[in-house]
Amino acid sequence: MTAEMILFFIFGAVSLIGAISVISFRHPIYSALSLIVTFFAQAGLFVLLGAHFVAAVQVIVYAGAIMVLFLFVIMLLNLGTLSAQGALTGKLKGVAVVLGILLAAQGIFIAVNAFTDTEVGSADAMEKATALANNPIETSDIGELLFTEYLLPFEVTSLILLAALIGVIVLVKRDNQTES
Amino acid sequence: MEINILEQITIPIIKILFIAHLLIIGVMAMIWSERRVSGWMQDRLGPNRVGPQGLLQPIADGIKFLFKEDLIPNHVDKPLYVLAPAMLLVPAMITIAVVPFGGNITIAGLDDPISLQIADINVGILYILAIASLGVYGVVIGAWASNNKYSLLGGLRSSAQMISYELTLGLAIIGVLMLSESLSLRTIAEEQGSNMWEWNFLIHFPAFLAFTTAMFAETNRLPFDLAEAEQELVAGYHTEYSSMKFAIFFMAEYMNMIVGSAVVVTLFLGGWHFFGLENTGGEGSILAGLVSFAIFFIKTGIFLFIFIWVRWTLPRFRYDQLMNFGWKFLLPVALTSIVVTGTLWVVTNGNRLLIGIGNVVAAFIVVAIVAGMLALDNNSKSSTQAIPDTAPLRGLDAVE
Repeated sequence: MTAEMILFFIFGAVSLIGAISVISFRHPIYSALSLIVTFFAQAGLFVLLGAHFVAAVQVIVYAGAIMVLFLFVIMLLNLGTLSAQGALTGKLKGVAVVLGILLAAQGIFIAVNAFTDTEVGSADAMEKATALANNPIETSDIGELLFTEYLLPFEVTSLILLAALIGVIVLVKRDNQTES
Repeated sequence: MEINILEQITIPIIKILFIAHLLIIGVMAMIWSERRVSGWMQDRLGPNRVGPQGLLQPIADGIKFLFKEDLIPNHVDKPLYVLAPAMLLVPAMITIAVVPFGGNITIAGLDDPISLQIADINVGILYILAIASLGVYGVVIGAWASNNKYSLLGGLRSSAQMISYELTLGLAIIGVLMLSESLSLRTIAEEQGSNMWEWNFLIHFPAFLAFTTAMFAETNRLPFDLAEAEQELVAGYHTEYSSMKFAIFFMAEYMNMIVGSAVVVTLFLGGWHFFGLENTGGEGSILAGLVSFAIFFIKTGIFLFIFIWVRWTLPRFRYDQLMNFGWKFLLPVALTSIVVTGTLWVVTNGNRLLIGIGNVVAAFIVVAIVAGMLALDNNSKSSTQAIPDTAPLRGLDAVE
């Protein structure tokens, strides 16, 4: 067993435990913190794949920025502990069941595919993965792809984000005006 | 894969132990010098009883903290309350891993030269930004777990401030990254060369100022220490903490300062270079390694002195001033530096002198425009509003 394998299992276990804790903890703050642990472990998995840039961005964007806002909101609203059945009632329960079945189906599909597909785990695929891990993808490669092959999706994403930003400002401004 | 135990395991461990201990000793030295320099600036002595010149004072403080009762109040959220100091200290410590503190040294008998750096990863600067953004959790969780209104207010202020200034922190370095064409801190330091006029702080002067200011805000130092404004919040997010847990918060703050200074020195002040002095005794010799390390150490020390200097020079910002300053001045300046550096790099074919001049001129124009807009905004407000903004106790006016 190589060092990478050991690290993979550690990061994998941590991210699984974190993910399970997110839905098991009754208190939203603990859930949010577990989610951060999961993001962090996933960043570790990205590093093992040689995707250093993605790992760093994962931590900056998800663990560093988005989850801080989550915590912020949870603290400001002071949500308190969820009761045993509390949150899922009525229509929400039906939606949750449908989504849960869909997710389980996806998981089973991926698992079955992974075990039956001859390419996964074959010597050829292992070789490719090792080559990738030994020659990490340079950040400049990602930049080049973003500005050549994926220019349109990149620009569209930026515009969507800009639109969301302007939308938020408009909403906040309107609130202020009606108050005064 | 063959593993060379000496080169791949022993030497990295020595480097890690050395730097980790240096950081802790650095914290002690910082606490001593902060108190003594503060004393000097205020024309008083400062602590000078324990050891020569009071040098053993931090150790005495540490012993006192260790022997105090480790009190956990009843009303706190216990697991998070205990976890929070560590969540602040760990990010502060591990950021130093990617900072290069000297050139390479070659030792006879070893295949590869030893680089004076724990890990030279190719996304070094992103790693620093990522880990620095995690520091806010220690403050927020500590504040929330304390179950105290002052603590929570301090924590919320602090997190809002850190999120706002993180943007500037990230955007201000993009100009530097563009010219170095690398994210590795070692490459960035090497690119700047030996001579002072080639260092990044002259080429990217507005970005350097914006980055330094944002760094002060990220470390919660005066003039940005609203999170622990004594007059308003007792002690802010660590009000409920005592003994060693408080000491860990304290240490983390100083570690953040040291690491922040080291990053500024690497990014903008040429790292371990100083007019060719870093190659004393030939490039790659042990002497050169020691000298380059000393240069880096002194530069970081000078920057840390500026931290203390600013503390006793500038008064604390008000909260709205803090937000206005961050979003309306620093952020536009940082954004301008990206556009100007990128444009001039293409137009002038990478002429650093022109990029430097262009950056400063553009920053002046942007600041003037923003200041003009703010002045106009204020004028229109005060002419239409019945109660001027400056009236004290506006709430009372409304009641009457």
